[in-house]
Amino acid sequence: MTIAAKQTATGLDVQKALPMYRQMVAIRAFEERANDLYTRALMPGLAHLYIGEEAVAVGVCEALRPDDYITSTHRGHGHCLAKGAAPDLMFAELLGKEAGYCKGKGGSMHIADPATGNLGANAIVGGGAALATGAAFASKMLGQDRVAVCFFGEGALGQGVLYESMNLAQLWKLPVLYVCENNMYNEYTHYSETTAGDIPTRATAFGLPSETVDGQDVRAVYAAASKMVERARRGDGPGFLLMNTYRFRGHHVGDIARDYYRTKQEEQRWTSERDPLAIAGEWLVSEGLADRGTLTRIETEVAAEMDAAVEFAKNASYPDPVRVDEDIYA
Amino acid sequence: MPDTATRPEPGRGTAVREISFADAIREALAEEMRRDPTVFVIGEDVAEAGTPFKVVKGLVEEFGKTRVVDTPISEAGFTGLAVGAAMAGMRPVVDIMFGDFMTLIMDQVVNQAAKIHYMSGGKWKVPMVIRATMGATRRSAAQHSQSLHAWPSHVPGLKVAIPSTPYDAKGLLKAAIRDDNPVVIFEDKISYAKVKGPVPDEEYVIPLGVADIKREGRDISIIATSSMVQVALGAAAMLEEVGIDAEVVDPRTTWPLDEKTLVESVRKTSRCIVVDEGYFRYGVTGEIASVIAEGAFYDLDGPVRRIGARHVPIPFSPPLEDATVPHERDVVALARQMCNK
Repeated sequence: MTIAAKQTATGLDVQKALPMYRQMVAIRAFEERANDLYTRALMPGLAHLYIGEEAVAVGVCEALRPDDYITSTHRGHGHCLAKGAAPDLMFAELLGKEAGYCKGKGGSMHIADPATGNLGANAIVGGGAALATGAAFASKMLGQDRVAVCFFGEGALGQGVLYESMNLAQLWKLPVLYVCENNMYNEYTHYSETTAGDIPTRATAFGLPSETVDGQDVRAVYAAASKMVERARRGDGPGFLLMNTYRFRGHHVGDIARDYYRTKQEEQRWTSERDPLAIAGEWLVSEGLADRGTLTRIETEVAAEMDAAVEFAKNASYPDPVRVDEDIYA
Repeated sequence: MPDTATRPEPGRGTAVREISFADAIREALAEEMRRDPTVFVIGEDVAEAGTPFKVVKGLVEEFGKTRVVDTPISEAGFTGLAVGAAMAGMRPVVDIMFGDFMTLIMDQVVNQAAKIHYMSGGKWKVPMVIRATMGATRRSAAQHSQSLHAWPSHVPGLKVAIPSTPYDAKGLLKAAIRDDNPVVIFEDKISYAKVKGPVPDEEYVIPLGVADIKREGRDISIIATSSMVQVALGAAAMLEEVGIDAEVVDPRTTWPLDEKTLVESVRKTSRCIVVDEGYFRYGVTGEIASVIAEGAFYDLDGPVRRIGARHVPIPFSPPLEDATVPHERDVVALARQMCNK
């Protein structure tokens, strides 16, 4: 595979392109710091890093309005950030602090935020499918034109509720977009060992339009998502996007020795040739939308913001144990 | 909850009608749908068919198919959809035709609906109702007869109501629809047509978590739920003939559980039988018995006794099936033994 930096531009202007690049850099920087917090034993539990898949979240969320909905996954930091979550409140949640998005009650796998339309990251594989479909149902019933996006990994293709949801969405022409991130691994198993037949036809069987997209190219993601989102917003019903991507890191931060399920050469090939940040950066420079200095400045600014966010989280207080019984019932 | 429980009082200016359990549920749904446009009913064959039990029959004529939504046979899908719709501003009432199908929706109920409020630090709410059925002796065999209300009662974040009368069914369902949390209501299938009772014309709501004394007595407390309230009342009438004055207490909700009323009754009577149609093992009777043991131990004349469904899959053949559920004679025999009469 070669870097697809010379593909036809999709009409992205610098006003959109640079913020999208910046958001991808931010997700990468966030995840690297999450990994660092884990390895330094500063983060309780685990986290599932989105590194390598940044273009999917950013390209899709750029096509959304602030009041549109998303559901996210256990590998959800990228989706949450791309939908507008604040890194400091996210880090605070990852560290189990009171200041976190969920007051420390959710953690890495459950970031949720009504203010940005984030119905929540879901640690049940496929768990967001019916919820996103329901939010789309509500949008339609209430006469709104809000669209819901359901992010899920290819591992969720084995879950029946995904197909129940697509069936309902198409029957009732709901404004929901199912975005399958095929990062090629269901935890520690290559998807070819778990997924029979063809992936897009699982959606087209229900009558959903489907498009297969290079998930490493944020322009392609944005273009495909924009089409589907606008279609859904018009009332033409749900859609399905298959994003071909790659999980650069392990299933979670502790999954270091990966030789038994994939080769170092494979990882090397993706990280050196198919890095979504590099692809976007080269395109920005080659199109004259930015110079190297601008990209470096963005990276430096983002690094400082993320460092400050980590500091905020580290200095934040843990919740008082008396709060354990709060928020069970509304 | 702005309204408080008010018993119908005939002859005091409140018109009271005698209606069935099913009618009471339909009235509650219709009233709440008129009051709040975000309330809608969703489930299998709820529209023109009105479900096999005809409980929601007629709603589609008044509210149309956009608010009385027929679904595919897809319980997990439409229950999960209802969770998402609830988060996004609606108040769904999900119809689960047979309570046995709780198995099919458990992830949506237990891992999603029950936990979303807590996991989000209180930011998202899931105001939804799941109406499911319960109860055996309809000759429907093992997959259409179970009483599984103990399952959701075990899960923090859920509320569970198990009404026994038309009055309670209407008031509790209205409270459930107005509640900002997921509430599961189990309705006894046999009670739909068989149990009739007074319901006032004027509006009322019964707060979740308030038990009701169905019959006052001094000698023994029979704590009974749902279908077993009728059994307990029948047993109490028979016990009266042998000089035992039984009190029948209906918790009405398994969670929140009105422990105070249950304990106070037993502290007064000093004897307690718990009767529930759910499985005897690890179920509602065990939980309530422990509440009584902890709260009324020094007032008890003897151990709390329990009667529940036999620990077997519900069989088809009538003599076999009838042997699985508690009967009046079981309650009477146990009460007489405990009272030495």
